[in-house]
Amino acid sequence: MPEPEPLIEARRLVKRFGDFVAVDGIDLRVRPGEFFGFLGPNGAGKSSTMRMIGCVSPPSAGTLRVFGRDPVADGPAIRARLGVCPQRDSLDEELSVRENLTVYARCFGIARREARRRAEELLEFVQLTERARDRVEPLSGGMKRRLAIARALINDPDVLMLDEPTTGLDPQARHLVWERLFQLKQRGVTQVLTTHYMDEAEQLCDRLVVMDRGRIVAEGSPRQLIDEFSTKEVVELRFGNERTDAVAARLGDRLTGCCERQEVLPDRILLYTVDGDATVDAVHQRDATPSSVLVRRSTLEDVFLHLTGRTLVD
Amino acid sequence: MVRGLLLVRLARRAEGRTGRVDRAGRIGRVGRVGAVFLRDLTAARNLGEALLLATGLLEPLLYLLSIGFGVGGLIGEITLADGQRVPYPVFVAPAMLAASAMSGPFMESSIGFFAKMRFRKLYDATVCTPVTPAEIAIGELLWSLAQASLFALSFVVIMTAMGLTTVTGALAALPVAVLIGFAFGGLGLLLATFLTGWQDFDYLGAAVFLMFLFSGTFAPVEDYPTAAQVVVHLTPLFHGVSAVRDLTFGSPGWGLLVHLGYLVGVGVLGLWLASRRISRTLCR
Amino acid sequence: MLHPAVAAFEYHLITYRRTWRGTILTFFVIPAVFLVGMGWMVGGYVDGSSGNGLGASYLAYIAPGLLASTAVQVGIGEGTHAVYSGFHWARTYHMMRASPLTTTDILTGHLGYILVRVTISATGFVLVMGLLGTLGGPRGLLALPAAVLAGFSIAAFVFAYSATISEVALLDVIYRVLVVPLSLFSGVFFPVSRMPAVGQVLAAISPLWHGVELCRAATLGVPTAWGVPAHVGYLLLWTAAGFLVARRAFARRLTD
Repeated sequence: MPEPEPLIEARRLVKRFGDFVAVDGIDLRVRPGEFFGFLGPNGAGKSSTMRMIGCVSPPSAGTLRVFGRDPVADGPAIRARLGVCPQRDSLDEELSVRENLTVYARCFGIARREARRRAEELLEFVQLTERARDRVEPLSGGMKRRLAIARALINDPDVLMLDEPTTGLDPQARHLVWERLFQLKQRGVTQVLTTHYMDEAEQLCDRLVVMDRGRIVAEGSPRQLIDEFSTKEVVELRFGNERTDAVAARLGDRLTGCCERQEVLPDRILLYTVDGDATVDAVHQRDATPSSVLVRRSTLEDVFLHLTGRTLVD
Repeated sequence: MVRGLLLVRLARRAEGRTGRVDRAGRIGRVGRVGAVFLRDLTAARNLGEALLLATGLLEPLLYLLSIGFGVGGLIGEITLADGQRVPYPVFVAPAMLAASAMSGPFMESSIGFFAKMRFRKLYDATVCTPVTPAEIAIGELLWSLAQASLFALSFVVIMTAMGLTTVTGALAALPVAVLIGFAFGGLGLLLATFLTGWQDFDYLGAAVFLMFLFSGTFAPVEDYPTAAQVVVHLTPLFHGVSAVRDLTFGSPGWGLLVHLGYLVGVGVLGLWLASRRISRTLCR
Repeated sequence: MLHPAVAAFEYHLITYRRTWRGTILTFFVIPAVFLVGMGWMVGGYVDGSSGNGLGASYLAYIAPGLLASTAVQVGIGEGTHAVYSGFHWARTYHMMRASPLTTTDILTGHLGYILVRVTISATGFVLVMGLLGTLGGPRGLLALPAAVLAGFSIAAFVFAYSATISEVALLDVIYRVLVVPLSLFSGVFFPVSRMPAVGQVLAAISPLWHGVELCRAATLGVPTAWGVPAHVGYLLLWTAAGFLVARRAFARRLTD
């Protein structure tokens, strides 16, 4: 079966702001029905890429095709088929919850009655029906984000673009957003998301790229990335109040044999290994005397640490 | 749960059918500008916005009553350069109409547009729709013109009722007031693309006030020092005031065409230059 | 030990060190140009018609009026967006509330700053009047405290209003329904006796009219309508009443 035509395709895409290079020659393809993610710290170039795809920021160099069209020449036509949920919700505080949807619908040329019907459906979908007549300002952060997602769906988009959809939300609100995005994914809506949360990328994305300083440093499914750049399990050793670099010096290369790779962080030492329990036994045999030991599966955070050599800071 | 159309269509897409029955992308320029206008109209139902709209007429009327009639009572009649003698309120009223037609669209296109764009981030979501930045600007301009027209209409009715002009004069002055609004709206949009922050608002406010004061508003331009006269002839408000005066109590001649042409020119040029710069401001 | 309100006062004074340049235009240049423009242009016609019956040239007549008017405009203008922002945007008041300051300290500190601002603007205008020769001798300097009192007397009421509303557009409304009518119909440009009775009653309520009467008495040496003590007393009454209302409004906003 031939690969379906990509909805978004970028080649050597660059975005510069003066001397600053925000996006430094990236290649990517997003296929229909896919949940695609950009993972990276703030300033990695995720949002700039999203804005270029959303046709609100012209590329500085390289080629970009959305729905096979040129974003600079065909902006309005492309945007008609995109649903965008921006990083700041940028909701209209002078309008009610429902008006935020119906007025936005008019920008897509959706007839008034139809707009009203879609608004009711979407409000129910994001559980805001009871707040339909309220102003936006008193809504909680989670409610505002859900409203922004509903607004992005008003034109029944072919691709839903989500820029950090759960940043700043409490755990409960986060799970509600994830649940809704998962439902949309089940219905085959193509989604593109940026995040700096590993667990979010791991839970939602079929495929993702890890971005750092404007470049793509890895690409694949969460599982592929973990398999490729990390080991099956990770052992975390903590040493009370002792400084980990002092511990590492004290232990010398006593730990080298018991794992594939080790990483010394300020608060703990990570041992990458295929068999966590065996590694723990080996650690105890060699008198490392950690104050606590944790064996866990590898996550994207380990991948990121390996790729960029630093922890992901918010 | 999403039901109805949305559900059906999403489900259909999940089955791999991509045929689009009701693609919402077919929207012309007029519809997109209209959507921006509609947003403002919807927001105007809020108490504060509604009050602003309702009190918009108040300012020129109060100036007319205070300066036109109050101070006018100390003055009586004034003699114009062509020898015509008119009561002071008759002389001042057209200027108030013109100034009011200027200030609303000018302030909303410059400071208002800039604040909505930069501080309130109102258009961050709008630019993600088929609506282009230039269309947002035109939609906002039309909204401010609609308000200005409403104020102008009420004001000429009041002028006629007070006997400050004839019905014909009032009817003729109305479209000129809208033209003044258009000229200053275009100019305001252009200036909005150069603004950087709050401090610039003070300069714009000062510029408007100076024009309001010195465009032949309260005394005939012929009384000004010669150097000042030259400057005044360059301000669009002077041409607006003169055009309205020609129609409400004067005798319209070729000069009227010059005034109107100047206003059209300022508006068209401002709008044209602004629309070239606005995309760069909104879509970096 | 200093009173806690001084801390709040200093906070506003420090912010003013960064923003004072912008206020020169609005609260100094514009009023001065307005005085010259109206005084000379319109004054030419008022004085020209064989004696204007005002007891002075039109420029000298409106100068003290515009002084009081400028002070009142500063008193109103500085109590709108700045106060609203203290509750809603910059949330300065909430920040202060988290310190040992009481709501009364916060209010007093900010009002103290308004007093400084009104005084600065009025002083600037008095200088311009002096340059134009419209002060009428040393006695004319008494117009300065009179204008400051008028401007300050209304500030607290505006504070209370800005603390109560929860919609920005309502701040702009205050300009149209308060600032413009006050400055146009409080006897600045023409004697209130030329207005219909209703207008005269409204003018008598307006603190600006009392300020104008006091300033005019200082520079022109003319008698006032109610006598100086009555006007001063009336303005002090406004100041005190405004403070009480504003204190209630602030407490309500900051304690819920």
